[in-house]
Amino acid sequence: MTEKILLKGNEAIALSAIRNGVDGYFGYPITPQSEVMETLMKEKPWETTGMVVLQAESELSSINMVYGGACCGKKVMTSSSSPGISLMAEGISYIAGAELPCVIVDVMRGGPGLGTIQPSQSDYFQAVKGGGHGDYHCIVLAPASPQDMYDFVDWGFDLAFKYRNPVMILADGIIGQLMEKVEMHPVKPRRTDEEILRDAPWATVGKPASRARNVITSLSLDANTQEEFNRKLLVKYGKIKENEVKYIGYRTEDAEYLFVAFGCSARICEAATDMLREEGIKAGLLRPVTLYPFPEKEISRLAGQVKSMMSIELSLGQMVEDVRLAADGRCPVGFYGRQGGNIFTPEEIVSEFKKFNNIA
Amino acid sequence: MAFKGTIEIDRQRCKGCSVCIANCPMECIRLSKAVNSKGYRYAELANDACIGCASCATVCPDSVITVYRVKI
Amino acid sequence: MDSVTDIRKPENIVYRKPALLTDNIMHYCPGCSHGTVHKIIAEVIEEMGIQDRTIGISPVGCSVFAYNYIDIDWQEAAHGRAPALATAAKRLNPDKYVFTYQGDGDLASIGTAEIIHACSRGENIVVVFINNGIYGMTGGQMAPTTLLGMKTSTTPYGRDAKLNGFPLKITEMLAALDGTAFITRQAVHTAAAVRKTKNAIRKGFEYSMKDIGLSFIEVVSTCNSGWKLSPVEANKWMTEHMFEKYPLGDIKDVLK
Repeated sequence: MTEKILLKGNEAIALSAIRNGVDGYFGYPITPQSEVMETLMKEKPWETTGMVVLQAESELSSINMVYGGACCGKKVMTSSSSPGISLMAEGISYIAGAELPCVIVDVMRGGPGLGTIQPSQSDYFQAVKGGGHGDYHCIVLAPASPQDMYDFVDWGFDLAFKYRNPVMILADGIIGQLMEKVEMHPVKPRRTDEEILRDAPWATVGKPASRARNVITSLSLDANTQEEFNRKLLVKYGKIKENEVKYIGYRTEDAEYLFVAFGCSARICEAATDMLREEGIKAGLLRPVTLYPFPEKEISRLAGQVKSMMSIELSLGQMVEDVRLAADGRCPVGFYGRQGGNIFTPEEIVSEFKKFNNIA
Repeated sequence: MAFKGTIEIDRQRCKGCSVCIANCPMECIRLSKAVNSKGYRYAELANDACIGCASCATVCPDSVITVYRVKI
Repeated sequence: MDSVTDIRKPENIVYRKPALLTDNIMHYCPGCSHGTVHKIIAEVIEEMGIQDRTIGISPVGCSVFAYNYIDIDWQEAAHGRAPALATAAKRLNPDKYVFTYQGDGDLASIGTAEIIHACSRGENIVVVFINNGIYGMTGGQMAPTTLLGMKTSTTPYGRDAKLNGFPLKITEMLAALDGTAFITRQAVHTAAAVRKTKNAIRKGFEYSMKDIGLSFIEVVSTCNSGWKLSPVEANKWMTEHMFEKYPLGDIKDVLK
C-alpha cells in the first residue's frame, strides 16, 4: 500500500530523491528551499541507498558537482532559489552544451537582485528561454502541489535521461513551503554500475580496453562543427516539443473565457474559475505542466474557441508573451500579476477578469 | 659499466624546441638544417657519443624521442 | 662496438612515448611544459595499470584539450570549476582515480573557491597545477601568479604591486588546510626534475586511494610564447626568477 504523509513541497523533493534512486544531491542553502538539503541530511541516505549528499561552498560549485556527477552517468540533482539559479546559469549552459541529464529545482522568490524571500514566478524567462549563454533549453516542469514535487523528481530524471538534457522543476515559495498529504510511491532502487553502463554508454567512469575513451565537453572551435551541434540540439528540442507537452485543462470544454496559469497561480485561478462559473460566466483554466515545451497547440486551439484569455502570473508578465505567441492574434490576451511576494486572491482575479473583459 | 646508446626521432612530430639539446650531457643532439612538413627544424643525432641516458626523451614535451641502449 | 643499427632493436628500447599518449600532435607551442606533464601523467597511469579506473578533468586554458592526448575518460570543466566536478566524480565513484589538471588562471584566479573548498573538505582527488605565471591561451595576460615586474599583455610595464597586487602563492595557502594530504612544488625543465615530478604525481594517485585527503602537485612551468623567450631561454629564466618566488620541494606530506 502506498504510504501517505503530510509534507512540505521541499521535503517531498528530498524524500522523492531518496526513494527514486537518485545517486547524488549537491546544494547550497538559500531561502525558501533550504528544507531540501536539511531533510536529506537528516535522513542520511548514504547509510541506506548509498546516495551522496553534499553541501557545496556555493551554487557555482554545486551545479558543477552536478555536472561532474552527470558526466559519470549518475542521477544527480541540485536545488536552489532565484539568485542561486542565476549563479548556476554558467553550469546549466555547460550541462546543456555537453548534453547531460540532471534535475535542477528552482523554488522561485521575488527579484531582481536579492529581492524578497517570498514566492514569485518572475524567473519564467530565465528558466524557459535559457538563462545561461548559448542556444539551449532546459525541459521545464511546473509543479502545483507537494505531490507534484514528489512525482516530478522521477519524471524529471526519466526525461533528462531520455533526451540527455537538463530538466528544471520550476516551483515557487508557496509550493516549496506548502504542506499537503503526499502519496509516497514505491521505492525505486539506485541503478547498479552495470545498469549505468547500459543506459549511459557515454559516461566517463574509466576507459576499458574494449572501447574508445569517453570525453564529455561542450567545446568545438570549428564553426561548422558547432553549427552542426546547434542543429542537432534543435532536432532534439523538436522531438521534446512533439512528445512531452503536458497540460491540465480545467472546465475548458465549453469555456468562453480562459485563464492560463502555472504553479501556485493555477491553484488560485481554479478557485476564480469556479467563482465565475457560479455567476454563469463560462470560464476555464489551462495549466501548463510543462513550460518548456509550452502547450502552444492547445492554447492555439482554445484561442479559436474563447472570447479572450488572461495570463495570471506572480510577475510583471512573462509567460503572457508565450500565450500571445500561441494565440497569434486570434483572441485578445490580457495579463494580471502581483510582484514582490504578494499573492493575488481569487476575488482579485475575478475583479481583474471583469475589468479586462468589460463585464459589469 | 659503460653504455652505448642511440635515439630515434619522429621528425614530423618534432617542433625543434631544443630542450633535448640543452639537456643532453653528451652534446650529441643538434637541430637539422632541413625542415619538416610543419616548417620546424627538427632534432637529430649529431655524433655517436650517445650513451642512451634518455635525458632528451624525458624532457621532450612532444614525446618524439625513442631511446635505445646496450651495455658494452 | 655495436653500430647504431645494431642497437636500434625493440629489446634495447629504454624510453619511448607512453602507449597511453594518443598519436594526436599536441597543439602546444614548441617547448611547452604541458606536453611533458601530460606525458608523465600518462606514464603513471600506464605503470599503475589504472586506465580503466581513471577519470581526468580538464580545465579552461591551453590544456583545455588535454583530453585529446591522454587516452582515458575525460570531463571538460568550466573555467576554474574542475575541483567541483572531481568532488562529485570521486564521491560517486570512490573506487576510481580522479584528477584535475589546471593552470594558474584556472586554479588560482577564477577557481580559487573551488580548489580551496575541495582541499578543505579533504576530497580524495589529485590536482596537477601548472604554474607558468601567465594566461597562455588568451594571449599572455597577467595571472595571479605573475611575478612582480614581469611584463604581460595586461601588465605591459611590468606587474606593479600597487596597481596589480602581489603574486599569489596558493600552494602554501592550501598546505595550511587540514584536508590536504600531500602538497609539493616541482618542475619539468631537466630530466631529474621530470622524474621527481613523476614520482610526486604517482604518490598523489596512490594517496587518493588511502582516504587521507587531497594531493596537490604544482609544476612550475614555462610559457615561452607568453614570456617571449625561446624554450631553452625560458627554462633558464624560470630557474633564475620563478624558483625564487616558487621554491621547489615537498611542502606537506601527512604520511611522513
